[in-house]
Amino acid sequence: MLKDEDRIFTNLYNDLGPDILSAQKRGDWQNTNEIIKKGKEWIINEIKSSELRGRGGAGFPTGLKWSFAPKEVGSRPHYLVINADESEPGTCKDRDILRFEPHKLIEGCLLAAYAVNANKCYIYIRGEYITEGNKLQKAINEAYEKKLIGANACDSGWDFDIYIHYGAGAYICGEETALLESLEGNKGQPRLKPPFPALIGLYGCPTIINNVETIAVVPTILKRGAKWFSNIGKPKNTGTKIYCISGNVNNPCNVEEEMGIPLKELIEKHAGGVIGGWENLQAVIPGGSSMPLLPKKICETINMDFDSLVEQKSGLGTAGIVVINKDQDIIKCMARIARFYKHESCGQCTPCREGSGWMWRMLERMAKGEASRDEVDMLMDVTQQIEGHTICAFGEGSAWPVQGLLRHFKKEVAKRNNFNPLINKNKKIPYLVDQHLLEK
Amino acid sequence: MSIKKISKEQPSSFEFNKKNLEEAQKIIKNYPEGKQKSAVMPLLYLAQKQNDNWIPLAAMKYIAKFINIPYIKVYEVATFYTMYNLSPVGKYFFQICTTTPCMIRGAYDIVNICKKKISDKENQLSKDSNCSWIEVECLGACINAPMMQINDDYYEDLNIEKTEKIINQIQNGEKPAPGSYRGRKNSEPENNRKTLLNIKNA
Repeated sequence: MLKDEDRIFTNLYNDLGPDILSAQKRGDWQNTNEIIKKGKEWIINEIKSSELRGRGGAGFPTGLKWSFAPKEVGSRPHYLVINADESEPGTCKDRDILRFEPHKLIEGCLLAAYAVNANKCYIYIRGEYITEGNKLQKAINEAYEKKLIGANACDSGWDFDIYIHYGAGAYICGEETALLESLEGNKGQPRLKPPFPALIGLYGCPTIINNVETIAVVPTILKRGAKWFSNIGKPKNTGTKIYCISGNVNNPCNVEEEMGIPLKELIEKHAGGVIGGWENLQAVIPGGSSMPLLPKKICETINMDFDSLVEQKSGLGTAGIVVINKDQDIIKCMARIARFYKHESCGQCTPCREGSGWMWRMLERMAKGEASRDEVDMLMDVTQQIEGHTICAFGEGSAWPVQGLLRHFKKEVAKRNNFNPLINKNKKIPYLVDQHLLEK
Repeated sequence: MSIKKISKEQPSSFEFNKKNLEEAQKIIKNYPEGKQKSAVMPLLYLAQKQNDNWIPLAAMKYIAKFINIPYIKVYEVATFYTMYNLSPVGKYFFQICTTTPCMIRGAYDIVNICKKKISDKENQLSKDSNCSWIEVECLGACINAPMMQINDDYYEDLNIEKTEKIINQIQNGEKPAPGSYRGRKNSEPENNRKTLLNIKNA
């Protein structure tokens, strides 16, 4: 277990208060000026050598991302955008940072913005987090009053402004280019990449987009040193991470732990165990709803970090752990997730728009046992036709959980849906668009 | 994408009141010059707040003129995002999260209570026309599941009795306190805390 003195978010449960005086007692806004004086190169190199990976889901190395921003400001200003559009089912870590550790985030914004030459920062908060947004705004006002941000922030000679922009209930705006579209006042539909936002982003200007948690750990890394951070966890999966453990556990909670902690330890120790005991565990979604679920057998031994989970064909994602015990109908759970994706698809790419609804309808029927035997394979086929055929990663996000279900629980699905297809194999299948391919 | 119904009964005109007009001008200044289009989302929120929690078409036209962009651009934003209500909702608007993490902890019990105590169908006003409810996707408070949002506030760690009590309180004109309804502190593991104990006990 991580030692308390190595925890970054000491006010995760709001024992101390989120206001600036309490935050300063915890070490926020200390030596900020000195860090800035060490220069942009130093900050980026320090983050690079800490091996911090983005906490928003993809796990891209943060230092590397920052180094993509042009070194000199040309005719276009640079922007820093913070992604606080936390909507992945199972994830609620950013909410606690916004309401209880806002000053870590604001200080991180200043340091990151300085490193990437940005004078303006937009924090895109999901629209439902109104009280959280108000608390953050209060913290921003406090920082302005103390001249920690604004003109000549922290006496460093750097001008820095922060603005909050609220989303309005669209999951897709958590995708970075959709977020930029939304920030520009459009529908949240992702852009084609390249060009990447680091060169052409908000208003066509170089833009660095980071998750709340990524930015909020930056000040502590720079103060305590990259070495301290990279010694926690495993190589290439360093540091601490806030895990959200929800679902069928006795004590659902947020907890900050080191990367690579065994999943079983997280559930048994911090979340008070599975309801009905470990033996009653059916499956775990390890990283928010987009990541394929893991059956009990894998959960026994798996470690929670990016690379270990990829080996098991899943992913750490946002580290939103959803525990599902044997009292739940696993097909129904996945059907509900498929409905989520059907509801949230932005409608831009056909495979995702049509496929997400198709998967949902099939899964709903499969939960009731109304699907025929060959439809189980057809469902797999549909997921593969979505995956990789869309502009953004939403396609994968909607297809992977269904693939995970079929990978680990195909027997259950097939057992429940076991009657012969209404249409014989030789006949034309009306669902398929490519009829001509069958006739060969 | 969600289906959005635009109200058949529309007011003929809409205008920001004096307070919101100042607020709107302040919002536009948050964005760089010439990029006032970015303000369309915050302005729609303002309009929604001023007009009893829903946006009439007249408000969209007004906002389009206000920031000098085509009406269709405002319309497509208002219809794309789920949080803009395009037809009247209750003064108390219940949003119940029913995505998987909440579902497996009993979110549909909460939905059934709302069906019983508020209205049979989603988006239908209750008898006293004060409340309406809707099923929504993940609200980002999964560890406090099941939960619901009433207007701006989150009500967490619910069960059948507690939800009934909250609805009763609201129908009696009281304001129930937001937050956890199992008495736990924010997102800490209830009665099982193993971390930051020095700070807790300090």
